[in-house]
Amino acid sequence: MTSITKPPVRHPSLPKNALGLTKREYEGAMSTLCAGCGHDSVTAALVQTLWELDLPPHRAAKMSGIGCSSKTTAYFLRQSHGFNGVHGRMPALATGANAANKDLAYIGISGDGDSLSIGLGQLCHAIRRNVNMLYVLENNGVYGLTKGQFSASADVGSKSKRGEANVQPPIDPVLLALSLGATFVARSFSGDKTQLVPILKAAMRHNGFALVDVISPCVSFNDHETSTKSYRYTRTHYHEIAPVDFVPLRREITAEVPDESLVTVTMHDGSVVRFRKVDSDYDPRDRDAAYAYVRARQGRGEVVTGLLYIDETAADMHGVSGTIDRPLVELPYEELCPGSAALAELMAEYR
Amino acid sequence: MSERSSASGVNDFAFKIGTVNGTGSASANSLLMQAIFRMGIPVTGKNVFPSNIQGLPTWYEIRVSKAGYTARPENVDLVVALNTATYAKDVAAVRPGGYLLYDSSWPLDDTLVREGITIIGIPFGRMCVEAFQGDRERTLLRNIAYAGALAALIEIDMDIIGDMLREKFSKKKALLDANFTAIRLGYDYAKANYDCPLPFRLDKLDATKDSILLDGNSAAALGAVYAGATVGAWYPITPSTSLMEAFKEYCERFRIDPETKRRKYALIQAEDELAAAGMVIGAGWAGARAFTSTAGPGISLMSEFIGLAYYTEIPGVFFDIQRTGPSTGMPTRTQQGDLLSIAYLSHGDTKHIALFPANPEECFYLAIEAFDLAERFQTPVFVVSDLDIGMNDWMCPALKWDDRYRPDRGKVLDAEDLEKIQRFSRYLDTDGDGIAARTLPGASPKGGYFTRGSGHDKHAAYTEDADAYLEVVNRLALKFVTASTAVPSPEFLMQHDNGTAAAIGIISVGGCHAAVLEAVDRLRGDGRSVDYMRIRAFPFAPSIREFIESHEHCYVVEQNRDGQLRTLLAIETGVARDRMSSVLDYGGLPLTADRVVSGVLAGEGRSAILSDPVILSETKDLLSTT
Repeated sequence: MTSITKPPVRHPSLPKNALGLTKREYEGAMSTLCAGCGHDSVTAALVQTLWELDLPPHRAAKMSGIGCSSKTTAYFLRQSHGFNGVHGRMPALATGANAANKDLAYIGISGDGDSLSIGLGQLCHAIRRNVNMLYVLENNGVYGLTKGQFSASADVGSKSKRGEANVQPPIDPVLLALSLGATFVARSFSGDKTQLVPILKAAMRHNGFALVDVISPCVSFNDHETSTKSYRYTRTHYHEIAPVDFVPLRREITAEVPDESLVTVTMHDGSVVRFRKVDSDYDPRDRDAAYAYVRARQGRGEVVTGLLYIDETAADMHGVSGTIDRPLVELPYEELCPGSAALAELMAEYR
Repeated sequence: MSERSSASGVNDFAFKIGTVNGTGSASANSLLMQAIFRMGIPVTGKNVFPSNIQGLPTWYEIRVSKAGYTARPENVDLVVALNTATYAKDVAAVRPGGYLLYDSSWPLDDTLVREGITIIGIPFGRMCVEAFQGDRERTLLRNIAYAGALAALIEIDMDIIGDMLREKFSKKKALLDANFTAIRLGYDYAKANYDCPLPFRLDKLDATKDSILLDGNSAAALGAVYAGATVGAWYPITPSTSLMEAFKEYCERFRIDPETKRRKYALIQAEDELAAAGMVIGAGWAGARAFTSTAGPGISLMSEFIGLAYYTEIPGVFFDIQRTGPSTGMPTRTQQGDLLSIAYLSHGDTKHIALFPANPEECFYLAIEAFDLAERFQTPVFVVSDLDIGMNDWMCPALKWDDRYRPDRGKVLDAEDLEKIQRFSRYLDTDGDGIAARTLPGASPKGGYFTRGSGHDKHAAYTEDADAYLEVVNRLALKFVTASTAVPSPEFLMQHDNGTAAAIGIISVGGCHAAVLEAVDRLRGDGRSVDYMRIRAFPFAPSIREFIESHEHCYVVEQNRDGQLRTLLAIETGVARDRMSSVLDYGGLPLTADRVVSGVLAGEGRSAILSDPVILSETKDLLSTT
């Protein structure tokens, strides 16, 4: 988590968002990741996303576990509270924080080791609870901080830098999430900001758990010729199924030429996500079809990307359990304590 | 072991009921205990049950004590044997001169008949088969029938029993009638065939009118409600489960928004105890009063997160309802085996505030105190209870509430406070008490900081610099010193008012208290001079060291094999271990006064200064000796 303060350079002509903030104000400390790390591109995409969404920085909470990806929460939104917890246990922290204060925007950053090995159980249960949060899984197939061991997302046959082939089948976060009933599942690539930013925007606006699996190559330990999580491999096996456009609430959707390949989904807050279907038979609202499609393409070595599944009708954790609208942290004590009369009444029942 | 058989008499005796678990005997046993309580007579019930749902032996022990002693009895005057599988054990458990009441539908084998006890056979099973239809009803009502027989034998007020049945079955007429029939079956048979009452019996008193019957887990849950806790996260584990279930029930009663019918609380059944701890910490970080309830195995799983919360200074309340360990151990038996692990839970240098309630009443008050301490000191606080306190109904003073109470939220800077300062530094101690102010997420752009379990300096920035690291961890040590003067003080019961130390100093903790109080009375009654200190919190207040130092020799009474409290006292006070003897009882059953008395007397009988513990549990099969 080394972090270096960035020099406070502000160009006067930097564009401002609706809150009057420049993109600089959505940045954080200087990254200490390796030059060319995919994670830094994801961070940049997040900065752009949050700036364009006009998110008040202090109304966000950044949650992460342990690992290279988890370090990146220090590299954006310096004014926000951040919580870099223990390895694989970010979902529990985020769930508890969200239970207490549902009004913050929870941004979880994790990696394939954090999410698919040590924290697999927590990821699964956060999905099942449909905790309202963005969950970015920066996926590089390798343990970077401990220098190059395979992670659970490494493909069979993919070789380590030392030439050793992985023999265990991978856990695919997208298929996992789909099978667990996730309400928002996307996959993207750190090298494709054009695709990643609208996906992140839609994920931020999703009312529930939004999993965004981002192939994010590790330049130091997993970007070689024989790796299937390299920049080169990802670019050549990339298959974008449904380019996404995110239309925020305040922008009016102008009449356009009717386009049959266009699917629109209205988000919880009224903003709209539009997909242009590349494969005419793909529908991101059909869970079983999405699962079958991704699995079939995967069998051919393709990396299917895009917003793969969305269900905007499902209730989040609070909706399911029927919590009051106001965040629990804002309830005054007087509303929480039953008082002496109620206690006296209760005591009479224990006689 | 001293016999208390001669002491039994009116309003001073004990009996136990052996049944098969899952047959509905629990409600009959509660009925008996509550009826005695409503007769104004101090009463205690201990459920000795198996880790099983149906079909294994289970016992319920009821002690009646006009003096108000609530510890488990060492001997029983009457055993009610309703489980043929345990007849032998139950016959053996009757004290010499005592009574056995059994279901003569299944006659006692001649080999089991014992000299010197009186055997009362009543055909409960057969009578219920004749009177009722259906297996389920016959089984359930057999319990009520034995309650009826007991009512005749020890003179439980039948009007009170009648009232209780009417309260319970007011909306189920058929069941009410059946219960009345069953009660009369047992009562009339006993009256017609045996001399009623027995030499020991009940006689109405007026000694329970300000008391209630309550289990510690319910009391702790109620404390969480009154403390304003809004987030509970947990993983089911015996014997802590009923705490969260009680919290749910209280919340459904007290925390539903009257207009929207929606919840003013969040209760999350986590995937495991690791997640439960993480949820508590996440919620505490976000500003809620959050808690979990667990037992030893859960405490082990939570230890990594506890270290994080200690180092990042996040409040949370952790109820540990101790059970017999190690490992799965005996989940339905009690022990105090987590004292040391809780004091220093997690890796690295970690120390935690822990509170030790002695009974359900204290579970309520210390739960509230725990939430205040957790927020004031921004750290995990443990409420260390046990199965006996948590799951048994205890007679205790009715709980009271002062409506002027307001939570101590500790040093929390809001947007207004932050406007007044130049720069917010999360781990900067400006008051010299070791406690730095915190901010809550979402409050203000000036309050943001990065919470990290990795090395951090006073500004919450990452560091690998020795001095910056030391500044933070040394302040945490100072915070712990401050806490030692803020936690609940020990309770003292001194022989002399003038400050002169008694010859014998007894120290104990938690659920041992009831038995030690009774033991102190007995030792004093025998002419011994005894001082008693009950520890209520860790870190230890300075008065704890003073008590030990002022006594030539102390006995530390606790329920674990290794004398954990004694070790902790030696480590933390610096007093030499050999100034304290251990009196240990750790077979899984609640402590009895007899054991404390005999432990102390055994120690006093030795010529040399003791360092070897007096172990009371080593060779005994505790169930067979009761």
